[in-house]
Amino acid sequence: MDLIADQITHRFGSLEVLDRVSFTVASGEVVAIVGPSGCGKSTLLSILGGLLRPSAGLAKWRGAPPSDSLNPLTFVFQDFALLPWCTVEQNVDFPLLHTALGASERRAVVDDALRRASLSDFRGTYPKQLSGGMRQRVGIARALAVRPAILLMDEPLSALDSQTRELLMEDFIRLLADGSMGAVYVTHNLEEAVRLADRIVVLSRRPGKVREVVSIPLSRAERGNIDARGKLLSLQNELWSLIREEAIDAEREVQHA
Amino acid sequence: MLDRGQAPLDRQEADAGGEPRPVAFRGGGFSPRGGRYSGWIALLLAIGIWQLAGGAGLVNPLFLPTPVAIARAIYQLAISGALWHHVSYSIMRIGAGWILGTVAGIVVGFAIGLSTLARSVGITFISALFPIPKIALLPLLILWLGIGEEPKIATIALGVFFSTAISVYSGVDAVQRNLIRMAQSFNVPFHAIVRRVIWPGALPSILAGFRITASIALLLVVSAEMIGAEFGIGAFVLQAGNLMQTDQLLAGVVILSLFGLAVGKLISVLEARLLHWR
Repeated sequence: MDLIADQITHRFGSLEVLDRVSFTVASGEVVAIVGPSGCGKSTLLSILGGLLRPSAGLAKWRGAPPSDSLNPLTFVFQDFALLPWCTVEQNVDFPLLHTALGASERRAVVDDALRRASLSDFRGTYPKQLSGGMRQRVGIARALAVRPAILLMDEPLSALDSQTRELLMEDFIRLLADGSMGAVYVTHNLEEAVRLADRIVVLSRRPGKVREVVSIPLSRAERGNIDARGKLLSLQNELWSLIREEAIDAEREVQHA
Repeated sequence: MLDRGQAPLDRQEADAGGEPRPVAFRGGGFSPRGGRYSGWIALLLAIGIWQLAGGAGLVNPLFLPTPVAIARAIYQLAISGALWHHVSYSIMRIGAGWILGTVAGIVVGFAIGLSTLARSVGITFISALFPIPKIALLPLLILWLGIGEEPKIATIALGVFFSTAISVYSGVDAVQRNLIRMAQSFNVPFHAIVRRVIWPGALPSILAGFRITASIALLLVVSAEMIGAEFGIGAFVLQAGNLMQTDQLLAGVVILSLFGLAVGKLISVLEARLLHWR
């Protein structure tokens, strides 16, 4: 299943946020979206996931999602969005409650998702008892439970400390390794973008336009090698040079706002 | 290369020329804690002083009977059956009025919290009618509903309704939008979002509202019973006052206080059970 951003434009009142953004996420592909603060990255993701109606243009999908997918476009949120009154198990079960799955099927799906996110020992725990990293694991397990075709990840690591970020990044790489699931990964962290994505869409400052689409010439497996690090770093520097001036302008704009 | 030697620090110490002194602690205060027994001890102490002052003849018992006299009056009322008679009337009125007002308040509060039309109309009405002292409407309600129980119950229901509606829609507004968006992103239907996300999310505010509406109901039942009732704690207190039976009057006040405490405790138990996740 491909996800297509087709000439997406969005305004909040008189504030133009996105300007004719177009790109395609092919089946199993991981596309990162980077750009200066306020360029509309999260707005674009909300539009792609159907949570926000664009002022003009369309988010479309092509092809068929996997037959067992219960929610082809599934979000992983920056702030985890866990129900604080539900246990880990209940949070993962939450999106399944309104599907056609029976109780025993649901239990099996939840068990599998908890196992994949290394949460089997925490099923009865409440979110407030978990660290930030564990909470995000619950968010990931919940997303996996509905067997998505494309994960829509809105800065999923930005609320976490650097060690936890590293561990979860390894989890993301592992989860996306077999290409059965694609992802749109919104981030301001260029290192994360070059480690995870197949292509990186660079947006300009507000109103966000596609400034450049950068392909990463290494497979994700190759990126783990020590000799690939220099190449990734130079890619990261290239990306930074693309957005640096605009990031400075955007920050000044935020400070003066 | 980083210089990890101690020389610079030693040199600073030598330059300062003095002995090292401990850094003064500045972080105290601003975190009051309630003692476990201190409140009860203070209360018992106050009652003891009151009893001693009354027993020594320092206070005229007509104006302020001693705690023992009040306890005796409560005992007499209890064994005569009058206490239960009056309390049962008050509980019936509070119960009926509170339930009616709460159910209506929850329905209207949710409507205002979830519907644009209900919000635009409802908030204006609530803002206009909420500040009216509801007891002032009792004569009008008597005119509309007769002189039975209905106007008293309606007065309590009105008082409870507005506060409940406000606490419910404030609670609905306070539910984190990201939780609603999360549920929408999983295609959870509207009714299920209301039941599984908005209701539990608004519950802390709703239960805090219950605490306030319980006090409002107690206040209004006493006022309504003082204006037009033969039985009920309010009527009993007024009657005792008219007859200068201050021990009985204060017995009624103590019972009201105990009733308020019991309701507060009940709500605390509800909060502990329903909001254990906080």
